[in-house]
Amino acid sequence: MNTGPEQSAVTSRAPLVVLDKVNKHFGDLHVLKDIDLTVGEGEVVVLIGPSGSGKSTLCRTINRLETFESGSITIDGKPLPEEGKELARLRSDVGMVFQSFNLFAHKTILENVTLGPIKVRGMKKAEAEQRAKELLDRVGVGHQAGKYPAQLSGGQQQRVAIARSLAMDPKVMLFDEPTSALDPEMINEVLDVMTRLAKTGMTMIVVTHEMGFARKAADRVVFMADGQLVEQATPEEFFTNPRSERAKDFLGKILTH
Amino acid sequence: MGDLLARYDILGAFLMTIKISLAAGLLALVLGTLLAVFRLSPVPVLRAFGSTYVNLVRNTPLTLLVTFAQFGLLSLLNWHLANQSSPTSVADDNFRWGVLALGGYTAAFVCEALRSGVNTIPVGQAEAARSIGLTFTQTLREVVLPQAFRASIAPLGSTFIAMIKNSTVLSVIGVAEIAFLQSRIIDENADQLYTIMAIVALGFVILTLPLGMGATALSKRLAVKR
Ligand SMILES: Nc1ncnc2c1ncn2[C@@H]1O[C@H](COP(=O)(O)OP(=O)(O)OP(=O)(O)O)[C@@H](O)[C@H]1O
Ligand SMILES: [Mg+2]
Repeated sequence: MNTGPEQSAVTSRAPLVVLDKVNKHFGDLHVLKDIDLTVGEGEVVVLIGPSGSGKSTLCRTINRLETFESGSITIDGKPLPEEGKELARLRSDVGMVFQSFNLFAHKTILENVTLGPIKVRGMKKAEAEQRAKELLDRVGVGHQAGKYPAQLSGGQQQRVAIARSLAMDPKVMLFDEPTSALDPEMINEVLDVMTRLAKTGMTMIVVTHEMGFARKAADRVVFMADGQLVEQATPEEFFTNPRSERAKDFLGKILTH
Repeated sequence: MGDLLARYDILGAFLMTIKISLAAGLLALVLGTLLAVFRLSPVPVLRAFGSTYVNLVRNTPLTLLVTFAQFGLLSLLNWHLANQSSPTSVADDNFRWGVLALGGYTAAFVCEALRSGVNTIPVGQAEAARSIGLTFTQTLREVVLPQAFRASIAPLGSTFIAMIKNSTVLSVIGVAEIAFLQSRIIDENADQLYTIMAIVALGFVILTLPLGMGATALSKRLAVKR
């Protein structure tokens, strides 16, 4: 991996998510190759790279929706445990927002947001609902609380998904291409919510090709290709002056259209 | 026809059919759900148990299971399920073993109906549940099974209709339900063959038709929109 001077900017923050030599295979396919990545508290990292480079897998490995074979991942100093109750508890500290929203289809918007606080945190129903309404207001869908996910637009659903994650008071939030399933006119409403979230000091790892968001909200861009972290830099530096051939090639492709 | 209804306890026999169906249906629902959970679980031993049970039971004729329960387990091994000092112990034993066999048999189909329901649920639903910190059991209970039940209402309806009709198999071990009474009436009143058959057929239509229509209506009303 190319470790440049920008790494020193990271060390000024307390490390929150630390990946150390993480390796993962899907059968014969080596999807994550010796991944070292440290994300500091309050830092916003944008993960970018060609299709199939392993970005989703990396995200999913951080909250162990995928297993990995070697290396270690710690969240706030605690290593991820094996599958079980302990893992479930630790996972609730890591919010995840999916490309396809994945709201619980049989529950109302309000129930989607209160489920975790009630079942995982043991919060009282009334308190959880109060909190959920505040969060739904914050992402601008408070008036839809009684509806079902299918009755909402994609952009609204994704904002509810963000509220659902926030309801768990996560230490870090992962976003896997949160806007790529959306119609163009809905992308900004979601990016706006994310940008505001970044400003509140939330630690975020965001897989996205939205360069506007990266420039506005990210502290660092990490470029991934073929299962490796190839290059990392500030957004400005990365987009104007990429160093590796892979990154130049990739940016050339996404910038031309 | 009025003559038949007066001389034989046809209503009582239908009540027995209903009793069998309720008891076996409840057993099938509980056991079938458990089997489905086994088949979905990450524990290989449970998965193997679930699939072995389903494949073994589903592919065995019900008549064989019922007679095996009565002759193989009750008569030969003396495994009684009823209180031996009760005056109705023989009938009770037959009824309970019959229900167990029918319920255990239907459970395999309930399991598969539920599993087909589970397969309609996008994997993202369970992943989202796990990512907010729900445990495996909570994920099943709160997210996967409620959606699976809704998606399975129609196939479950067919399963239970088949089960109600299958309850007639219990006549082979002498449980006094409607098919048992039917063969007795036919023996004694060969001239009324058509009448008795019509009554029995009508009785089953009355039992199963509302169930089928109810299942269809309910599955439409509760369908999860995506
Ligand atoms: N469950 C799986 N089983 C087998 N191979 C998989 C699985 N998930 C992903 N892969 C493979 O692993 C590689 C990395 O996939 P991943 O989804 O992490 O890429 P990505 O960078 O997110 O791509 P995209 O930009 O298309 O979302 C790909 O080659 C993909 O085909
Ligand atoms: Mg991806």
